[in-house]
Amino acid sequence: MLSAILTMTILASLFGLLLGYAAVRFHIEGDPIADQIDQMLPQTQCGQCGHPGCRPYADAIARGEDEINKCAPGGHETIIALADLLGRDPIAMDEDIEIRPPSVAIIIEEDCIGCTLCIQACPVDAILGAAKQMHSVIESECTGCELCLPPCPVECIVMEPIEADIRSWSWPYPGDQPQLAQEETPVEAQA
Amino acid sequence: MSSQDDLDKLLTKLHNFHGGLHLPEHKQESLQHPIADAGLPQQLVIPLRQHIGRAAKATVKAGDKVLKGERIAEAEGAISAPVHAPTSGTVKAIEVHAIPHPAALPDTCIVIEPDGNDQWTEKPAAILDYLSASPDILLQRIHNSGIVGMGGAAFPSHAKLLYGLKRNLHTLIINGAECEPYITCDDILMQERADDIVTGIEIILHLLGLERCLIGIEDNKPDAIAAMQQAIKVTSLKRTRVIEIPTIYPSGGEKQLIQLMTGEEVPSDGLPADIGMVCHNVGTMAAVRDAVLDGRPLISRIVTISGEGISEPRNLHALIGTPISHLIQAAGGYTDKARQLVYGGPMMGISLPDDQVPLTKGGNCVLALSENEAPDPEKARACIRCGKCADVCPVKLLPQQLYWYSHAKDFDKVQDYNLFDCIECGCCTHVCPSNIQLVHYFRFAKTEIWKQEEEKRKADHARRRHEARTARLERIAAERKSRLRKKKEDLEQKKPAAGKADAGDPKKAAIEAAMKRVADKKKAAQEKQQ
Repeated sequence: MLSAILTMTILASLFGLLLGYAAVRFHIEGDPIADQIDQMLPQTQCGQCGHPGCRPYADAIARGEDEINKCAPGGHETIIALADLLGRDPIAMDEDIEIRPPSVAIIIEEDCIGCTLCIQACPVDAILGAAKQMHSVIESECTGCELCLPPCPVECIVMEPIEADIRSWSWPYPGDQPQLAQEETPVEAQA
Repeated sequence: MSSQDDLDKLLTKLHNFHGGLHLPEHKQESLQHPIADAGLPQQLVIPLRQHIGRAAKATVKAGDKVLKGERIAEAEGAISAPVHAPTSGTVKAIEVHAIPHPAALPDTCIVIEPDGNDQWTEKPAAILDYLSASPDILLQRIHNSGIVGMGGAAFPSHAKLLYGLKRNLHTLIINGAECEPYITCDDILMQERADDIVTGIEIILHLLGLERCLIGIEDNKPDAIAAMQQAIKVTSLKRTRVIEIPTIYPSGGEKQLIQLMTGEEVPSDGLPADIGMVCHNVGTMAAVRDAVLDGRPLISRIVTISGEGISEPRNLHALIGTPISHLIQAAGGYTDKARQLVYGGPMMGISLPDDQVPLTKGGNCVLALSENEAPDPEKARACIRCGKCADVCPVKLLPQQLYWYSHAKDFDKVQDYNLFDCIECGCCTHVCPSNIQLVHYFRFAKTEIWKQEEEKRKADHARRRHEARTARLERIAAERKSRLRKKKEDLEQKKPAAGKADAGDPKKAAIEAAMKRVADKKKAAQEKQQ
């Protein structure tokens, strides 16, 4: 009896120590789930989800504080990928969120007064310019987040949809094939 | 493998690849006439992207006069090819123009109006002693001549050769199989220019430092086989063999051809170079010969014009950039039966909405098919999982599974079934009893996966930029804070140094001193009065 209790106590304390050591030794900074979610978000930093950027939205999803259907630039594919990752059911895009075609910001250079407000708003440093000098968008860096539109006092920034050119073209989805149940004119009827 | 006997054994023992199809050949129609010249069209439209890789960069501008063979666009990056003027004339414009493309999308082209003189520019000197020339000089010549694979894929040849030089190769494979129905441009080239092809092979063998060469030709081309064998006999090539392969589609796929002739399989996701081989088309060999011995860049090619919709099906020698409409006129024009235009073969080609697109370097065939030849695809029905597609797949894939996951857009799963080993030969679509356009799904899945990879790359780039910006803003804020704190601290240090709190302010002290003086004066005045 005594030896059994003793054995169990020793074992328990041993494993306790081991777990304690492992917790310190293999400690992970930050939230790995939030990192994985962040990897799936399109990084436009547009804030349409109601969070100030992709990382805060990823953190909110990881904490379970927000739904997975708020990323407009990511679209349906992102919802499915997130549902897959988190083991949830895919849901429809949030109704309040408007999906826009992928586009880039263009500054109408004649109208620009060089106020630098858009430069401060751009989350990816895609706008070039200095005070009282004309600004310009580096198109290859622009994520199309539209964050530069509201600060502009003269409304000289427009969003231009990215046209599908020969380089970005991909084969269209051939469409849904009919399933067996939907098939019309059964063979017996014809025979 | 290295002995002479081994090589001859290949002649007697043929191997096989999985699946494949026996298709109606339709080759005789276009073989009734020798190669004819297509003539000079009113206008040449030369796309800057005629090859796999990056588009060439135009080096001329609208209004420039160009001579035949002059370089009009230079290669951009390692996998690219320059473009040359097919005839002399004036550059009318550099603009977007319809090109042969599955979605009929336009791309940047150089439009040349020929002056009719067909005047050559100064050609680079012929490398007559090519068997003692250094590989670098030959490679440079091939690159500068804008040579790309002429079997249809149009991969820049110098890039393929350069890669081959870095690998341990033992065999050059020459593709004369021409397995797709209707197409006969390689067949007729081998019949008429076998010597030139063999000279090209000599050059490439020397360039790659190889001796062993296998030329694969389908057994439905006896004249071409005879011509090639004759041409090899008169050279010093000891270890080059023509191998007659069975007529089975797609024997002309490079991996299938290698398997047929040597029994070796190119590994999944690999290249022929992984098993020590490199494969080139017979047309490319002739172009290499022209570039090295004549200094002639790739400005023309042989193209098959065929189908029931063509009056006189035949092979034409045409300048790159010639409009398809001109080629069809040169082949007697359309018949009443013409219904569908196809660029390339009937199995892997793309259908064209109209004939106002130019011939490109990889364009081996233009078909005008009748309703009989290309009936409207019947409505697709559900997959019954009969497995016929898997039986005919030359790569031993499971098309029904690939279809299943492509249809469900499950791109991870579809890659587990080796989607990227699919050569898009169309055998599975051809045999499908439910008329499912299987290859269309695979192409969709492939391009969609590339698109997602590109988006992922962009997102990572944006994340890095955003993080860099956040870090910068934080650093600036921290610096400002520390500056302010330092100022504050400096001030606090100065105060005690100047003395007590009341004596700290010199102004206050001055005022107090003045008030004291006034008070003293008043006091003195009062004392005087008293």
